[in-house]
Amino acid sequence: MDFSFSEEQELYRATVSRFIQNQYGLEARQKIVNSDLGMSRENWQQFADLGLLAIPFAEEYGGLEGSAVDTMVVMEEFGRGLVIEPYFETVIFSGGILSIGGSNEQKQQYIPRIISGECIFATAFAESQSRYNLADIKTTAKVRNGGFILNGKKSVVWAGPWADYLIVTARTSGSQFDEKGVSLFLVDKNSEGISLKNYPTIDGGRASEISFENVELSDESLLGHIDDGFDLLEAAVDRARAAICAEAVGAMKALHETTLDYVKLREQFGVPIGNFQVIQHRMVDMLIAYEEAVSITYMATLHLDHPVEERQKSVSAAKAKIGQSARYIGQEAVQIHGGMGMTDELNVGHYFKRLTMIDVSLGNQDYHVRRFADLTQ
Amino acid sequence: MDLSFSEKDFMFREEVREFIRTEYPGDLRRKMKQGKEFAKEDFLCWQRVLYNKGWAAPSWPVEYGGTGWSATQRYIFQEELGQAATLNILPFGLKMLAPVLMAYGSDYQKGYFLPRILTGQDWWCQGYSEPGAGSDLASLRTSAVKDGDEYVVNGSKTWTSFAQWADWIFCLVRTNSMVKKQAGISFLLIDMKTPGITVRPIITIDGMHEVNEVFFDNVRVPIKNRVGEENMGWTYAKTLLSHERTGTAEVPRSKYGITSLKKNARKHISNGKSLLEDEYLSNKLAQLEIDLLALEYSDLRVLSDDFLGKKGTGAEPSILKIKGSEIQQRVTELALEITGYAGFSSLGGPLPMESNAYPTGPGFGFGAGSEYFNMRKSTIYGGSNEIQRNIIAKTVLGL
Ligand SMILES: Cc1cc2nc3c(=O)[nH]c(=O)nc-3n(C[C@H](O)[C@H](O)[C@H](O)COP(=O)(O)OP(=O)(O)OC[C@H]3O[C@@H](n4cnc5c(N)ncnc54)[C@H](O)[C@@H]3O)c2cc1C
Repeated sequence: MDFSFSEEQELYRATVSRFIQNQYGLEARQKIVNSDLGMSRENWQQFADLGLLAIPFAEEYGGLEGSAVDTMVVMEEFGRGLVIEPYFETVIFSGGILSIGGSNEQKQQYIPRIISGECIFATAFAESQSRYNLADIKTTAKVRNGGFILNGKKSVVWAGPWADYLIVTARTSGSQFDEKGVSLFLVDKNSEGISLKNYPTIDGGRASEISFENVELSDESLLGHIDDGFDLLEAAVDRARAAICAEAVGAMKALHETTLDYVKLREQFGVPIGNFQVIQHRMVDMLIAYEEAVSITYMATLHLDHPVEERQKSVSAAKAKIGQSARYIGQEAVQIHGGMGMTDELNVGHYFKRLTMIDVSLGNQDYHVRRFADLTQ
Repeated sequence: MDLSFSEKDFMFREEVREFIRTEYPGDLRRKMKQGKEFAKEDFLCWQRVLYNKGWAAPSWPVEYGGTGWSATQRYIFQEELGQAATLNILPFGLKMLAPVLMAYGSDYQKGYFLPRILTGQDWWCQGYSEPGAGSDLASLRTSAVKDGDEYVVNGSKTWTSFAQWADWIFCLVRTNSMVKKQAGISFLLIDMKTPGITVRPIITIDGMHEVNEVFFDNVRVPIKNRVGEENMGWTYAKTLLSHERTGTAEVPRSKYGITSLKKNARKHISNGKSLLEDEYLSNKLAQLEIDLLALEYSDLRVLSDDFLGKKGTGAEPSILKIKGSEIQQRVTELALEITGYAGFSSLGGPLPMESNAYPTGPGFGFGAGSEYFNMRKSTIYGGSNEIQRNIIAKTVLGL
């Protein structure tokens, strides 16, 4: 039994943590959030230079062969820093799909360009009716000579406005809810027939509604096997879920620390509010919720390469628990800060908003409790 | 025990319904539907409609322009407003300041200010909290020093709701710092146009501008704008706090909230089924509705002086506020759960919502995130829920 981190992992943590400390204070972050683009290309290039974009990829494509624990460490630190740049979307989520399901040629073509920071990816999987059901897909890809024709609409595509390439889930056969018949495509965002509506999200990020109208795709754009994309998608989504759990853990840690500092500093009735037992107990409960979140995130991350059912069960356990603790810690941190917790000027509200979004993302608490129950009954 | 309404009450309910149906401005109805932000003029417009009907201040005595309604009628009125989701007229002038003026104000103050509050001619804001004085309000430091027939006010207030629209601010200020902190506070009415006042907006986590900092730099206030006696302000303010015994629970609003939640859940089809058929979600909705029923009947019992063993300790509003605010928060929490991803698009965010930035999903999710963030305030303001619990522990339980 060993829960310690390797030297390499400690190095990743230190690297990201230094970056955040020196360059990603709240003011700097908000400047990026409020800029026209909404992210920083310079930071993205720095991530590339620091090797962060290479961590999970195979050596033959220029990657560092890192494990899920390696990226977990990075995601945790990004969570602490409320990093807006699309590491999760590009490296973990789309990168995960490419790594698991891409052909050798596809990997050769795209992974080195992700690693160098040259291109950003987004995964377009949700539709306005789909909620958390990954198989609920109306978007269609019809076979035609030497390729496909893509038609449909995707909703809340995170990092959509910044992406150069999209991984799109589409139906090549079957009906709306069937897992069989789901296929994945790698699509150049500049292709004819694609239009985007971009907007800011509640946590300071950006997303797009994307519509595809008779978009012509070549055979080479198919990722994995036709009609059999669902398992690939789900495997990548589970990895993505574990990664945002880690991000939430980082955010919760920062939020607890900030709140602890605050209750020692803020005085009312002539004493620090941390002197009130009511506040003390809540700081303790928040701490316990945080430690539980760490435990369950480790558990899920360590099960990502286990047999499918175990992976699914572990990830759903983690995502359900994280949703609960994220909501609890977020709400309490705001409450304990009083009016200050309501302002946009403190980082407290920004952590709370990101945690709220993580709770809903890729399946909320109810969804994952249900999935866990179905798998364990 | 008989909770049925009389024939007269039923007729009154019909009258209120009819009034709202015919007189509530269609503009405001549309704005609410579209989740648009309300402007100052919207509040004033609705208040004028109420004023013209003679219904702007149901809880005021008739001599000042009140309605003379029974407690039951007032309850029915609030309920109908809630059911119709009309715009909530803000309480600062009508419900917070007016009772203080009626009880302690000079003839001049009553004669001049009360009619203007009733018509909406003056917009009032509440200047109590300060950066250093929130829960411990009595430790406030904004000072007022007598100079001839004026006070000179220096200091700053914070979290002042809608100060950006206000014509006047009612303030607690320190007029004596040598005595016990509660004993050196006075109640001043200050014209926001007086030189030396600066208002700085505070943007909240929902991206909105509701609260402000208000700075006072040698602001001169005529002594005739002090309410009651010098150094008695704390007593006056406390009376005010326990004046509104009901309404803090916001039962009708939450009822409307739950009705909309159900409507939206029913519309939201997931996996080919309405979300209302989702066992988890419908259970949570039911639990919320059950809690609201208990609150509603607590509210009615307070109204009939049958709460806490008829002791009338003054802590009743605290109990209603705790449960009412928690339920309001749960309504927004469930709204966000129902909307799912569609609640992600930000409303009133740092970027202007350009034409191509539009709500996602089935439409109703627009603003669910913002609403949820905004409603976190309800357990903080008006005396935080922790402070309300302290009050109950002390006054009811003697701890
Ligand atoms: C949206 C909004 C609108 C507002 N509008 C107005 C307005 O118009 N006018 C106005 O004057 N004020 C207004 N307020 C201010 C509001 O009344 C204060 O925020 C509130 O009284 C809490 O004070 P504080 O923010 O300084 O928090 P603090 O007093 O610093 O409290 C911080 C935390 O400590 C807890 N705490 C403090 N003392 C104790 C104790 N003894 N025991 C246990 N816990 C304790 C609190 O409950 C809170 O959780 C508004 C606030 C908000 C958020």
